[in-house]
Amino acid sequence: MLTSQQIFRKQMAGESLHPDGTDTLQRHVVTVLVENTLGALNRVANLFSQRGFELESVSVGEAKDQTLRRMTLVTTGNDRMIGQVLRQLNSLIDTIEVEDVTHFDHIERELCLVQVRCPASERQVLISVVDIFRATVVNITPDSLTFEVTGPPAKINAFIGMMRGYDVLEVARSGRVAMRRELAFEH
Amino acid sequence: MNTQSTFLERTTDSRHLKTPTSGALQKEARETGGGLLTGAEIFIRSLEAEGVEIVFGYPGGAVIGIYDTMHRLNPTFKHVLVRHEQGGTHAAEGYAKSTGKVGTVLVTSGPGATNCVTGIADAYMDSIPMVVFTGQVPTKLIGNDAFQECDTIGVTRSITKHSFLVRDVRELASTIKKAYYIAGTGRPGPVVVDLPKDVLMASAPFHYPTSVAIRGYSFAQKGNMQQIRLAAEMIKESQKPLFYVGGGTITSGAAEILTRIARRINVPVTTTLHGLGSFPENDPLSVGMLGMHGTWFANKAVQNTDLLIAVGARFDDRVTGKIEAWAPHAKIIHMDIDPACISKNVPANCPILGDVKLVLEQLEPLLEPKDTTAWLAQIDVWKVECPMDFKRDGKLRPQEIIRALRDKTGGHATVVTDVGQNQMWGAQFFTYIHPRTHITSGGLGTMGFSLPAAMGVAFGQKGGGLPVISINGDGGVLMNIQELGVAAAHKLPLKVVILNNSYLGMVRQWQELFHEERYSHTDLSSTNPNFVQLAEAFGCVGLRCERPEDIQSTIDAAWEVTDRPVVMEFKVIMEEKVFPMVPSGASTDDMITASAEDIN
Repeated sequence: MLTSQQIFRKQMAGESLHPDGTDTLQRHVVTVLVENTLGALNRVANLFSQRGFELESVSVGEAKDQTLRRMTLVTTGNDRMIGQVLRQLNSLIDTIEVEDVTHFDHIERELCLVQVRCPASERQVLISVVDIFRATVVNITPDSLTFEVTGPPAKINAFIGMMRGYDVLEVARSGRVAMRRELAFEH
Repeated sequence: MNTQSTFLERTTDSRHLKTPTSGALQKEARETGGGLLTGAEIFIRSLEAEGVEIVFGYPGGAVIGIYDTMHRLNPTFKHVLVRHEQGGTHAAEGYAKSTGKVGTVLVTSGPGATNCVTGIADAYMDSIPMVVFTGQVPTKLIGNDAFQECDTIGVTRSITKHSFLVRDVRELASTIKKAYYIAGTGRPGPVVVDLPKDVLMASAPFHYPTSVAIRGYSFAQKGNMQQIRLAAEMIKESQKPLFYVGGGTITSGAAEILTRIARRINVPVTTTLHGLGSFPENDPLSVGMLGMHGTWFANKAVQNTDLLIAVGARFDDRVTGKIEAWAPHAKIIHMDIDPACISKNVPANCPILGDVKLVLEQLEPLLEPKDTTAWLAQIDVWKVECPMDFKRDGKLRPQEIIRALRDKTGGHATVVTDVGQNQMWGAQFFTYIHPRTHITSGGLGTMGFSLPAAMGVAFGQKGGGLPVISINGDGGVLMNIQELGVAAAHKLPLKVVILNNSYLGMVRQWQELFHEERYSHTDLSSTNPNFVQLAEAFGCVGLRCERPEDIQSTIDAAWEVTDRPVVMEFKVIMEEKVFPMVPSGASTDDMITASAEDIN
């Protein structure tokens, strides 16, 4: 029998109350503004392996302020674990701002390149399929096509799923970038 | 000079960074006419400006310029040549823990830096403020597998609070300022500054900054008043409250106010290993240390309390055991300066982020004396049920030695323990009265810590202060025995105790209890030296004691020696185990105690 305090602690941590229950793991998208140095990127990536946190994807690029970079990280965990991820990231001296955008209205986008073997005879059929995803052809050879597609991760997954029916030679995904939506017209 | 810069106002008493006002610095400024200084000169002047008192170091090719400059400039700080870089880092830790100031280490590149890794990791785990300067190959050769090159920043990344590679001599002084600031503020920790040789040889104007601005760094100060009011309400409503006090209380300088509050509201206090000394153990409200080898009554109190007031403690696994079964009835108030520590292991009902001294100052006026008579009476019953004691049967037992040391000093000594059984007996059987008088490697559990750390404590006292007792096993003491020569050369009157049971005692204890007495590679008898001769070879006094009736005379003889270290070897029995014990991963309710016949 759990005491009321034990139940409280488990609920706070997002853990199951039943001994054989599984934790309520959730995917979180975290954006981080860091100093624009190699050491800073190293420290953020290192933190995940050091502390045993999951890291699904990372994308990095320059932010508006040239001395900073914006990282978008995708990580998985229960509430306690995600709380730790955020606090540990914040405690790094090179991080300026850490935000879990998961529960805010936000935009997530990913870019994906897919190279598919495709003889000339099948080109038109294949292009009509990728048109549905508003993918564009970015390279063509006598026996292959390379598509570029952008969108939310679910769309990218669906696109790659559709391409599985063909002879996929290579897939490259950028990892997610995310940003909170400014609700300018909300009253 | 503006000494009231913003960062100085933000630091608390024990972590002041010194203002740059050394006479030598002003003299130098006149001599150079505000001209250029080499990187090595800037390094020396920056340390002087920082108010560094002592540097533990070891020269080598990459830092030879600094040592040469030191020789020429005769700086205001003292340099102690250690005999192994690891010893230097532990000495800096001992200095930092006993004085509350930032420790400083200077070593060369490559092996010099890697030898520091254990000490840096130790300081990281135990939140000890320390700056480690490591030499590096010239910037042009970095990444080239040059002689004595090592990616020091990479190697130490996950064991430092922060680290810097200085690529431009013009950034050297400000980097040193930042390093000391980061190491000494907030939750303290080690900072590594990597210094390429060409940077030390290049020249730049010297200006030591008086303030620091780091946009990604801030630390908690006062607590949220709403949370503090909630805490006061929870304390008022509780029937069986218990203070659970960790090392953060000592770091913050909060021992005095904590003691005052606990006494005023009649709430008992248990401390962690690092919390020893934050509340006087000779006070009736003290229930001693909790956790794996805590007292029976402290752990009983934890399992029965309805309110744990955690002050600067981090709910370490050696404290909680099986976490689901720990303190099952307790609501938790958790005060800590590190947001990442709060609710890391056990979610708190009332988290309070802040410097615990400031938080306690905010809390104090909201508290009223409580009637905890029934709760204290229950604890007294537990204290009688299973007191901290040991068998007296004519055999030489370590507990009796620790008790004798306590009686010799009345608890007025700085005790630096190593790791293992000696550490636990040192914690259990000494009586800690003052903050900063119990120093040990708690988080990392580094064997070989005690001797060099005790040396660092003694250097920090500058000839005065409490006696310094280094408690060791025969295993750990050999891991940094070379520092005995340094302590002897500097005439440090260390009292070095070796509890020699010819075994790796703590591992042996686990092997006996949990591995069916298979004593795999824990017998040290064939590789142990003659410790008395070894002590004398290093210029120390060596004493040996083999019978309980000689304990007192051995200690008395050791206390007669004031001009060099004394090594006291006690040939204790190998069978003695540390009790009580919560087996690793077990519930605190399943604590094992020494059986009654073992004690009586």
